[in-house]
Amino acid sequence: MIKLLRNLLKSPMFVIGISIFVLTLLIALFGPLFYSVDTHARDILAGPYAGSSSEHLLGTDHLGRDYVSLLIAGLRSSLYVGFVAGIIATTIGVLIGLFGGFRGGWIDEVLNMFTNLFIVIPQFVILVLISSAVKDGRSLTLIGLIIGLTAWSWSARAVRAQASSLRSRDHIALARINGASTLTIVIKHVLPYLLSYVFMVFIMQVGSGILSEASISMIGLGPVDTTSLGIILNQAKDNGALADSIWIAFIPATLVVTLTVFALYLINTSMEGVFNPRLRK
Amino acid sequence: MLSDKPVVFSAKRISKDFGAGKTLKTAVKDVSFDIYDEEFISIVGGSGCGKSVLAKIMLGLYKPTRGQFLYRDKPIKNLKAHWNEVQSVFQDPFGCFNQFFTIRSQLEDALNILKDKPSKEEVRRRVDEGLMAVNVKPEDIEGKYPFELSGGQMQRMLLARIFALRPKVLIADEATSMVDACVRANILDYLRKLKDELKMTVVFVTHDIGLANYVSDRIFIMHDGKIVNQGTPAEVLDNTTEPHTLKLLDDIPEVHKTEWIKNSHRSKKG
Repeated sequence: MIKLLRNLLKSPMFVIGISIFVLTLLIALFGPLFYSVDTHARDILAGPYAGSSSEHLLGTDHLGRDYVSLLIAGLRSSLYVGFVAGIIATTIGVLIGLFGGFRGGWIDEVLNMFTNLFIVIPQFVILVLISSAVKDGRSLTLIGLIIGLTAWSWSARAVRAQASSLRSRDHIALARINGASTLTIVIKHVLPYLLSYVFMVFIMQVGSGILSEASISMIGLGPVDTTSLGIILNQAKDNGALADSIWIAFIPATLVVTLTVFALYLINTSMEGVFNPRLRK
Repeated sequence: MLSDKPVVFSAKRISKDFGAGKTLKTAVKDVSFDIYDEEFISIVGGSGCGKSVLAKIMLGLYKPTRGQFLYRDKPIKNLKAHWNEVQSVFQDPFGCFNQFFTIRSQLEDALNILKDKPSKEEVRRRVDEGLMAVNVKPEDIEGKYPFELSGGQMQRMLLARIFALRPKVLIADEATSMVDACVRANILDYLRKLKDELKMTVVFVTHDIGLANYVSDRIFIMHDGKIVNQGTPAEVLDNTTEPHTLKLLDDIPEVHKTEWIKNSHRSKKG
């Protein structure tokens, strides 16, 4: 375990990725302690789209709200949605992949077909359809839930491949002739071998969850009761920032989304290199 | 012959299919044999001849698709009861242990299969005895994980498991293929010891006919899912004209050939 961590820390990709990600987490968690994140506070004096000043580092939006406050609040929501989606997608994916891959036979065939079905259905279309159907009840958690429910198929596929290769290993056969129950075998002899994959899948799902939320919010189908990075972009778009070339309304939010997801991808890729020695240089 | 002893395994025209339709592959074809108590049987054949599948049928891990397979005159129904008496040593000693747990804990887990589960102290004592039987000091593996031992040591751990379990039948599937010649001879001695001391029936699956000749009471030669030749080593090997047996004999390196054959004859006569 310590050796694994040391190997990971040797990879510059991992170090950069984890640093950025921890920074975003710290800002999201502790930012509100140092900086007001009241997204309803409007600075009437500064007015809409005020430029950068000592009071508003990144200026204000069309309602005169401080952009830094909005960004911190948005980052909190985005990470929250990412984690909700990630946990749901990973849990469903691991359960289906593990069950199918380990059991094999027709159960595996059926589950695999089901998984493939979800892979070919365009996730974003479903997301748009459900989001527009649930007009007023769209909360952050609900959006995270929908993203998770439509994104699990990739994790199921990754886990299934691993689980079915484990199925025919000798240590599983030995555990069986030791009289271990299927549940014990899965928990003690299959899951530990899959943990690294599950973790990688989770990181990936959090990243794509953040992206999906940003996209769905950008087109105005995001959560209604709060702000998020996608909603900042959506409101900037709806209130003429694009037409008036007010770039400060777009760029910071876009950068925060990009950096967060980029950091997660860096973590995922570097972990793949460490867990799968064949990919190492 | 040993036919006065009770029959352990009895196979009547068993076959085992994998897949279906176009991908149907029959790994074991219409095989019949009897294995008697306290016999040392070798199943010899090249890769993909179905010998490992046959071993897994004996272990109850596969059910034959057709035919009748009996263990002590009864079909294998209750697997836990079966594994209480029939145990196995697998090919790859590293693949057999879970790398996330200590060897000791895994050896102790093995005793869970026993019908009257022994007490904690009894389990410890039996594992210690098992280790001692293969000349490993229990304190040498205390707190060790599988990847901290060498291949030969790991193979011995698998045998220690058998010494601790004391099953009635042992199925050794290519138990010597992953280790060097010196360790191989050692393992064969342990298998012999298991048979002699614990009155065990041993089914030894191997591709090495020289090895089989050296240790077995009877040899089954397998090719393409069928048993093509069977009998005592002398019956099977001396002046044989059966082509697959000759092919296997050809595969023994020239240096070893005379040595193996000579050894076996000496031990049989003496």
